[in-house]
Amino acid sequence: MSMNAVGRPTRPDDIAETSAEFKSLTGGKGLLQYERLIFEKKDYTRTGVDFADIDITPSDLGDLVRGDDLGLPGLTEPEAMRHYVRLSQKNHAIDLALYPLGSCTMKHNPRLNEKMARLEGIGDIHPLQPTSTVQGALELMDTLAHWLKTLTGMPAVALSPKAGAHGELCGLLSIKAAHEAKGQGHRRTVLVPSSAHGTNPATAAFVGYSVREIAQTSDGRVDLADLKSKITDDVAAIMLTNPNTCGLFERDIVDIAKLIHDAGAYFYCDGANFNAIVGRVRPGDLGVDAMHINLHKTFSTPHGGGGPGAGPVVLSEALAAYAPTPWVVNSGNGYVLEEFGEEASAANFGRMCAFHGQMGMYVRALTYMLSHGSDGLRQVAEDAVLNANYIKASLQDIMSVPFPDGPCMHEALFDDKWLEGTQVTTLDFAKAMIDEGFHPMTMYFPLVVHGAMLIEPTETESKAELDRFIDTLRALAASALATKNNTDDVARFKNAPHLAPTRRLDETKAARQPKLTYG
Amino acid sequence: MRFTKDHEWVLVEGDTALVGISAYAADALGDVVFVELPEVGKTVNQGDSFAVVESVKAASDVYAPISGEVIAANDELSSSPEVINAAPEGTGWLAKIKLSDATQVEALMDRDAYEAFLSTL
Amino acid sequence: MRYLPLNEADRAQMLATIGAKSVDDLFVDVPASARLTAPVDLPRYAGEMEVEAQIKAMAAKNLSPSRVPFFVGAGAYRHHVPSTVDHIIQRSEFLTSYTPYQPEIAQGTLQVLFEFQTQVARLTGMPVANASLYDGSTAAAEGVLMAQRITKRNKAVMSGGLHPHYTHTVETLAHAVGMETEALTPAVDAEAEVLKHIDKDTACVVVQTPNVFGTATDLTQIAEAAQAAGALLIVVVTEVMSLGLLKSPGEMGADIVAVEGQSIGVPLSFGGPYVGLFAAKEKYLRQMPGRLCGETVDADGERGFVLTLSTREQHIRRDKATSNICTNSGLCALAFSIHMSLLGQEGLKRVAKINYAKAHALKDQLASIAGIDALTPRFFNEFTIKLPKVAAEIVEVLAAKGILGGVPFTRLHKDAAFDNHLIIAVTETVSDTDMSAFVAALKEVL
Repeated sequence: MSMNAVGRPTRPDDIAETSAEFKSLTGGKGLLQYERLIFEKKDYTRTGVDFADIDITPSDLGDLVRGDDLGLPGLTEPEAMRHYVRLSQKNHAIDLALYPLGSCTMKHNPRLNEKMARLEGIGDIHPLQPTSTVQGALELMDTLAHWLKTLTGMPAVALSPKAGAHGELCGLLSIKAAHEAKGQGHRRTVLVPSSAHGTNPATAAFVGYSVREIAQTSDGRVDLADLKSKITDDVAAIMLTNPNTCGLFERDIVDIAKLIHDAGAYFYCDGANFNAIVGRVRPGDLGVDAMHINLHKTFSTPHGGGGPGAGPVVLSEALAAYAPTPWVVNSGNGYVLEEFGEEASAANFGRMCAFHGQMGMYVRALTYMLSHGSDGLRQVAEDAVLNANYIKASLQDIMSVPFPDGPCMHEALFDDKWLEGTQVTTLDFAKAMIDEGFHPMTMYFPLVVHGAMLIEPTETESKAELDRFIDTLRALAASALATKNNTDDVARFKNAPHLAPTRRLDETKAARQPKLTYG
Repeated sequence: MRFTKDHEWVLVEGDTALVGISAYAADALGDVVFVELPEVGKTVNQGDSFAVVESVKAASDVYAPISGEVIAANDELSSSPEVINAAPEGTGWLAKIKLSDATQVEALMDRDAYEAFLSTL
Repeated sequence: MRYLPLNEADRAQMLATIGAKSVDDLFVDVPASARLTAPVDLPRYAGEMEVEAQIKAMAAKNLSPSRVPFFVGAGAYRHHVPSTVDHIIQRSEFLTSYTPYQPEIAQGTLQVLFEFQTQVARLTGMPVANASLYDGSTAAAEGVLMAQRITKRNKAVMSGGLHPHYTHTVETLAHAVGMETEALTPAVDAEAEVLKHIDKDTACVVVQTPNVFGTATDLTQIAEAAQAAGALLIVVVTEVMSLGLLKSPGEMGADIVAVEGQSIGVPLSFGGPYVGLFAAKEKYLRQMPGRLCGETVDADGERGFVLTLSTREQHIRRDKATSNICTNSGLCALAFSIHMSLLGQEGLKRVAKINYAKAHALKDQLASIAGIDALTPRFFNEFTIKLPKVAAEIVEVLAAKGILGGVPFTRLHKDAAFDNHLIIAVTETVSDTDMSAFVAALKEVL
């Protein structure tokens, strides 16, 4: 034989064992690279953008000209790619695994949406071009408006609000304007159920309304008797989420709407959970007067690590005239942008933002709607609800459910009763999910349920992924329950996450000595 | 030291009183990270919100346990809010109030009554 | 259906696990009167090719700025964005992640936000900045409400140089919370007038530089006057690229700064989504709206980042929150930050100078045309001219010739006194040929 090569170990057991506590010498974790701040590279001379040299004296600006050192480091393109790709790998993402944040609706973001938003003639057009040169853009907005109105059964929509909370503000300002126009400006109270999103009371207080809380029944719905007792002649509106934040449909919704209308008030519906009913229920048929729609939830525009969102508000006949400018009007002879509050829009309450709203999100949402169609959107709601009920049914023998009777809608709510006697809290349990490769569910919300765990799978999860998730939660739950009798598994929870890019962070330190910028 | 059901305490010294939050409240809030102190010179009525104590995940209004004029605020808490956790019923006091109605103090719970009240929560 | 992984067999199995006969059983809580039994009256399911064709048909009806000489600005600007930016923001880990509420698995987003806040602080010359707001106009409005919280005063004075959309947005929000506003008459050089309107009830003055007409102004004197009267100066910047050449708001004494960040990294996209940059003096930190990212350490003592001071926010304070804002503009902030780090201060200063030089070259050419008055005394990349004819009509005629020739001021604010005013923006994307074509066309139509 010819011995022209040298062998090397080719099986793991040929290699010496390493301890579980293994740490690299320089702080890296294999593919998960340590990455400095751009400011720590301390290079202020480089740039990753090539422009011709230019030597000018801005003579007319005098001492308005800025000094040379701005403290802004530059990166060449390869350095920038490395920096941001390394950082990206420290994030969880929908594209990686089920992301069960209840009430946040982390569904798949179709890439066709992204492609359409970047088309020439869409992504590059200016909001103040002559309207004769953007007829297609106005048509797109009008088409989106038509879909939103048809799906909700409402006659009007204000497109411009830039996110859900901005939409809430828009809805309440429409209500306020309507009351003032009717000489009902003394109405200053908003009824809000105790389970509401924090934005609801925040928005009500913001516009100068006082908040009156409505109690919840033992089956997780608005307490009708309590509601009746709290409707007085100073009530301006009720703000209700439906399906509510416990993931339940408000069975008495039509009666609630009637009570509110009979009292001369309006019904604001928080549409955060519209994805549960799209195509199966029209809020207009429930007596809703105003509802914001989070395009980033129901209509799949990406969450982008915290925005941008979009929060168009559909309005009833009673409120339509008060919608903020601008309005897109199909004049029959082309689309017109009504920006000055003339004629039909004379009663508008004002303007939510510069320009016309989140066009980039409109394109994505409309692309999604056209893809699904009316039949597909109905299927979206059905699959979202089916997936949530499947999770509930598959876990309720081991984890406790506060409202066990009847189906849930798009999200399954658990509490921490089942953890009594263990050494594990909701927070520990959620953090342990990270080590198993899943993002934690929404925790401690809604506030009305102790140690709440709110799981929203969305319709874009396959049964296989749901089963993988259920198996993981069952295994973790069994481990948590085992801490009742021994302490073997406690560290799994108390020190979790063990395998994430960072360990638990000291939020107290961050808040006591805020350090918000480098240097 | 006297207590309210909202977990404030009062310690009378002559015609003034120190006020703060109870050890129970400080423990329930968790690590205090910020305190919004009342303005000196301000007149407060019993039950008014006159300060805010914040932990990382909670912000709680503190209600005046008695009526009167704020004559001093515990400025140390601005830079060292952790003092509230370390000594809520001592150096973690919030404000000194000049009493306008001494009889209000009598109506508050003494320590035994407060302890009994806590055991019902 | 390509976005729905369940098939009929899956659904049947799952219903069996749940113990439901059909999916209708899961909707039993919906009142019978409100149950739709069939899909609503809209088109049915469509494949990628069909959808793409429909959207493209709409896009084709628009005149793309990429195709024609383009001079439109007034609060949104066309700039070159490096290809890297759009590539990175489409990475799954950035595009499809949520607000970083679980910091252990969101350090990517959080470190970016920390770097973004530092970039914004340095660019504006301010000590602290937040993790972004919706856009420049809502940032300005939030600044006004913040000034009310700080000063406990109730009136905002807005300069006549403030973008009219911003004025209107601020009025809407300020009136909603019961504040008074005083919007001064628009003028090319409106800033000095502000001094006369500061009094003991003034919470803040809102001044824009360069203003909506393009005029750049030193606001130091206004800052001093406002602060002497116990009011705050809010500086608005709608063209963030100008900060590569012009003195920063911080250097001029601003208390609060609200900036539209679109010019760096964010496409025009017909007006949104954009990104609001918001910065302030350190002493006002706790009154700031929006999310803040802060540095801390993890259980091993390693540096990490978290959202912090969140007790100011709606999900904790509920009806006592500093604002009702829930979302920031995360992905646009990321785009801004990437583009900013690619530019660095060297690139930023250079592109700013190019903008300045091109705009001044065009102004000189236009000013030499008989009948045109160049009105803006000191400017960066945008200026206003007065035409001998109605600007809105001229702009339409130019558009028909394939030139997008600026924004008539009356598009923003209806007032016959401004019928002939045209605001013209010139960025690095404008070529000499574009400028010649614009000048020639304008000569022809006047």
